[in-house]
Amino acid sequence: MKKNPGLEAIREKGWWPAHQWLILRRLTQLTVLGVFLVGPWFGLWIAKGNLNASRTLDVLPLTDPYVLLQALLARHVPELTAVIGVAIVVVFYLLVGGRSYCAWVCPLNMVTDVAAWLRRRLDIGPGAHFKRTTRYWILGATLLVSLVTGSVAWELVNPVSLLHRGLIFGMGAAWAVVLAVFLFDLFVSRRGWCGHLCPVGAFYSLLGVYSPLRVSARRRSACNDCMDCYAVCPEPQVISPALKGNAATTSPVIRSPQCSNCGRCIDVCSKNVFEFNAQFGNKTEAA
Amino acid sequence: MAGIGDKPRDTQAQGISRRRFLSDTARMACGVALVGLGLGLVARQARALPSDALRPPGALPEDEFLGACVRCGLCVRGCPYATLDLARFGGPIAVGTPFFTARRIACEMCEDIPCVAACPTGALDKQLKRIEDARMGLAVLIDQENCLNFQGLRCDVCYRVCPLIDKAITLELQHNVRTGKHALFIPVVHSDQCTGCGKCEKSCVLEEAAIKVLPLHLAKGRLGRHYRLGWKEKEKAGQPLVPDIIDLPDRMPEPGR
Repeated sequence: MKKNPGLEAIREKGWWPAHQWLILRRLTQLTVLGVFLVGPWFGLWIAKGNLNASRTLDVLPLTDPYVLLQALLARHVPELTAVIGVAIVVVFYLLVGGRSYCAWVCPLNMVTDVAAWLRRRLDIGPGAHFKRTTRYWILGATLLVSLVTGSVAWELVNPVSLLHRGLIFGMGAAWAVVLAVFLFDLFVSRRGWCGHLCPVGAFYSLLGVYSPLRVSARRRSACNDCMDCYAVCPEPQVISPALKGNAATTSPVIRSPQCSNCGRCIDVCSKNVFEFNAQFGNKTEAA
Repeated sequence: MAGIGDKPRDTQAQGISRRRFLSDTARMACGVALVGLGLGLVARQARALPSDALRPPGALPEDEFLGACVRCGLCVRGCPYATLDLARFGGPIAVGTPFFTARRIACEMCEDIPCVAACPTGALDKQLKRIEDARMGLAVLIDQENCLNFQGLRCDVCYRVCPLIDKAITLELQHNVRTGKHALFIPVVHSDQCTGCGKCEKSCVLEEAAIKVLPLHLAKGRLGRHYRLGWKEKEKAGQPLVPDIIDLPDRMPEPGR
């Protein structure tokens, strides 16, 4: 694994084109966090609540479908506001890809991305191996526990909401959990949390199975096998079918719902192989 | 000679992959079962709400509340008096759920109940229309040894600050045995009126409040379901319950004995 992928892209394309999706993504993540924080910090109320449920500008309700599903299993029939909030969120992620939530909204992503970057820099190997399907098992377990205990179970420990809620309403000991995830990703398992264990990401990936917005290796014939995209990708197993598939028969579109549409592969590719595309735009283009 | 090694190759490969599939699945199931078990225990533990933590008005019973609240904090934002807070991780209250501590900031009992209006899921029940019907807890004058009014002093602060003065808290007169000639003004809380807002506990002048708002299950006793109070039954029936009861003559002490 390269310690410093993307150097070739910076050389050939320039700094901005080699970082634009990363920067846009960070700006989006910080903006999402910011609209919740300017209220308590400066008295400028844009979004109230947190990622579990919120109200923006006192009109737009948003609710996390995974959290509300747990409440449903805990035998609570939610009020209409929450249901409308879920409907808006679900429709949105059906369109832009479920795990876009992970790459563009989730605040914990910044923590695990730093861990992954540092892990590359320090040249720590892949570490402990979990199956990537573990997250679905954990997802199932959280739903089962919600059903059995009648409580919104995952929210008792969910590092994503502990961090987001903590930043807005006060951290308490939640720093310890965030630090644990960071150290886990840094020393124990590469991309361990987001890529293998997190049931929130697992849930959102299910929303993205049919979503049209995808990354496509449209100019895959130009690929020079530098492997930079594999080095930066949080879910590298999704690339191969699209990039290395049979030129005549397989689509260049990354179809896996695990892809978080982070667009980092687009950045680091010096040959401009990747681009955002529609699921159905499965034509390739000669180099 | 036929041995294991002679099996056709694809059958052998199939056998290994099946065994591998089964062992992988078993390992995954056991690992995740452990996670689930841990989570279940945490969920169980989270039910133990400390007695000084009060839920906002309209909160469903605690068991249902933990399955209905999505920990969003919109009620906290709705509260104009910064009474409500979200429980932090590592504390004794289920993380992310709203609560208030009466001794710190009591509920101001807003007429439009904005915290309930803000709740998106109904964990705070919109059936609650009048704040006077809220039952966040029940005030109990728990320390009669230190309460100033029980000493015969006229503190009366809990009574004066009560938003439902003379309804939720009344002062009942008793003879002051210590002085022999004064009255004790005993604050008495009435459970059919008290909302558990916590104003009394907040304002108690003692270093540690003598009157405290407790969760209802701690504050109240309950008669056995089969208990009947004779005089109430008699009143309901409008006549003695046992007909033709013999009225024996009262025996009075004889004079001179």
